[in-house]
Amino acid sequence: MTEILLPARLQDVEAVRSVRTPASIQYSYTPGQASSRYLKGIAQRKIIGARVEPGAKVYVPPRGADPQLGKPTTEQVEVGDRGTLVSFCVVNVSFHGGTQEIPYTTGNILLDGSDQPIMHLIQECPVDQVRIGMRLEAVWVDDADLGPTMESIRWFRPLDEPDLDVHIPGEDRPLWLDSEEFNQ
Amino acid sequence: MTDDPHGDVLTAPLTIEYPFKRTTGPVVGAFLTALREGFLVGIKGSDGRVLVPPTEYDPMTGEDLTEVVEVGPAGTVTTWAWVRHPGSKAPVDRPFAWALIRPDGADTALLGAVDAGAIGSMATGMKVEPVWAEEREGSITDITCWTAVAG
Amino acid sequence: MRDVAIIGFAQTPHVRRQPHLNEVEMLMPVLEEVRAAAKVTKDDIGFTVSGSTDYLAGVGFSFVMTLDGVGPWPPIQESHVEMDGAFALYEAWVKLQLGDVDCALIYGYGKSSPGPIHEVMSRQLDPYNVAPLWPDQISLAAMQARVGLEGKAFTEEQMAEVASRSRRNALDNPNAQLRWDRSVEEILAEEPIVDPLRRSDCPPISDGAAAVIIAAGDVARDHCERPAWIRGIDHRIDPMALGLRDLGESPSARLAGEKAGVGAGGFDIAELHAPFTHQELILRAALGLGDEVAVNPSGGALAANPVMATGLVRFGEAAQRIIDGTAGRAVAHCTSGPCLQQNLVAVLEGEN
Repeated sequence: MTEILLPARLQDVEAVRSVRTPASIQYSYTPGQASSRYLKGIAQRKIIGARVEPGAKVYVPPRGADPQLGKPTTEQVEVGDRGTLVSFCVVNVSFHGGTQEIPYTTGNILLDGSDQPIMHLIQECPVDQVRIGMRLEAVWVDDADLGPTMESIRWFRPLDEPDLDVHIPGEDRPLWLDSEEFNQ
Repeated sequence: MTDDPHGDVLTAPLTIEYPFKRTTGPVVGAFLTALREGFLVGIKGSDGRVLVPPTEYDPMTGEDLTEVVEVGPAGTVTTWAWVRHPGSKAPVDRPFAWALIRPDGADTALLGAVDAGAIGSMATGMKVEPVWAEEREGSITDITCWTAVAG
Repeated sequence: MRDVAIIGFAQTPHVRRQPHLNEVEMLMPVLEEVRAAAKVTKDDIGFTVSGSTDYLAGVGFSFVMTLDGVGPWPPIQESHVEMDGAFALYEAWVKLQLGDVDCALIYGYGKSSPGPIHEVMSRQLDPYNVAPLWPDQISLAAMQARVGLEGKAFTEEQMAEVASRSRRNALDNPNAQLRWDRSVEEILAEEPIVDPLRRSDCPPISDGAAAVIIAAGDVARDHCERPAWIRGIDHRIDPMALGLRDLGESPSARLAGEKAGVGAGGFDIAELHAPFTHQELILRAALGLGDEVAVNPSGGALAANPVMATGLVRFGEAAQRIIDGTAGRAVAHCTSGPCLQQNLVAVLEGEN
């Protein structure tokens, strides 16, 4: 590195090597129409997804657009509060703001009637018994505590139902780098 | 989240915080060290001009710059804007001027807030000097504001 | 060089507050409209690039969510710039020059209403010596205006004329936000808000979005009767530190204009991205535009300022007038950073 020549007054003092530049900005956030409908549904124990038209994919939570069709998802579709675990991880470290006792399981849950899994906690099941394909149901908070927030669902817990075969995304449409389709 | 009284969407207050701690490197570090010690430095450009705040490289030629020199701390206002209604994050809580200030011995100007009291006390070319924070940590905010040089 | 042209443009109405829609919901009608205007389908588009900043609405990675609006699956070729959509257009133009893509979709959007825009925009400044002071955009622009006024580069009357003409032009623009007819005298009678700037010297705060489609050669001709050909385009930048610059002029705009071919003249209109009145005067001088050129017939940034789309709107407005035959040759310009720090200039032209 290039040598920096300092004036005498700076030569014998401890040099500043870093500086804190904190910034805090206040916003008023709007999730838009699709997510507002979804969150309002949650406050009534309903999970409301959206799709472009009958036959199109149902997105939960909806953001307003179908990424496959590039069109607005204008039709509301209520989906179940039961679903199938399509992926999960066991968390063994504490994150900032986390309130869960570790280890715990976070799962990707495909709700019945939806085409897009949501992420939520899995509880009432030892972490070493969580598996892809297991059936789960939402555990809601008490009526008095319901609100337009995902915290209205405390977690998901196992259902006493046989596991389902889970469609692994891409297994019927292999988009691997060496696949013929990908290299067309 | 609360209902939007004018429509069917929700809104919620949201605070975004960026608690950054930045590495300064030796040149910006020298500038901030000098602020902590209560004086100003610039750096000599490849054409001999003194740049304040100092940069690691000549902004015209891209050459590395190495010679840190003391300047000011008094300086001259080269342009200014009079803020009639200071915002909550403004450095002065009454009407004040943002100004570009060229410290004595420097060839370029740095941004500062001039607490002049009234717009009539402001003028391009006026002499100002820094008001130092009592507790300084090596930050541009070690200068709380600038004021007119008396006389 | 491949011949590349703008063949379609669409924008939202620009409003002070669009509280009912999130960003992708605000954007989607514009995407549909621009594809219809350019007579292209999603499958015709070989490259998609957007311009936005997450700081505006405070939603991290919101540009990934808005991407859902274009239908990015199966995977598309895509890019994003944390700049005005006009800089995304520049990237798309470069991409088309490479030759493997013939048609590109560009969009830019900004919702300024959820946050304190002046605090937000201060985050783009030097993080060590300027951003910790939280200077607002109006104050920085006001210091620039004073340099020009005291240096006799322009007068307050000229600034007021820009303010008056811009909002009067906007009376013909249904998408504009500030549309009014006030005289220079009325504007000069206003109290300054940040001396020497009056409220009328400043842009509105807007929510809005815009999209443009560009295409190369025969693809452009097949989809558009009269494409707006990009004859030259160039981007230059001045130093970051405000105190290093002569704020009364814009060397980067002058150089970008030279490289883009503005010197050849013959322009009917110029759409200049000048959020503050004096900045139009600085840009006219830097680009050598005479009184015969109609500047900002749309009303410009002074009539609608959807940050991150305002520059792309300038390109779209200029191109649209060529496409519909009301202009033959136009300058399109976009700026970024404080006090006209960065400047992108293009020359657009129709074929007779």
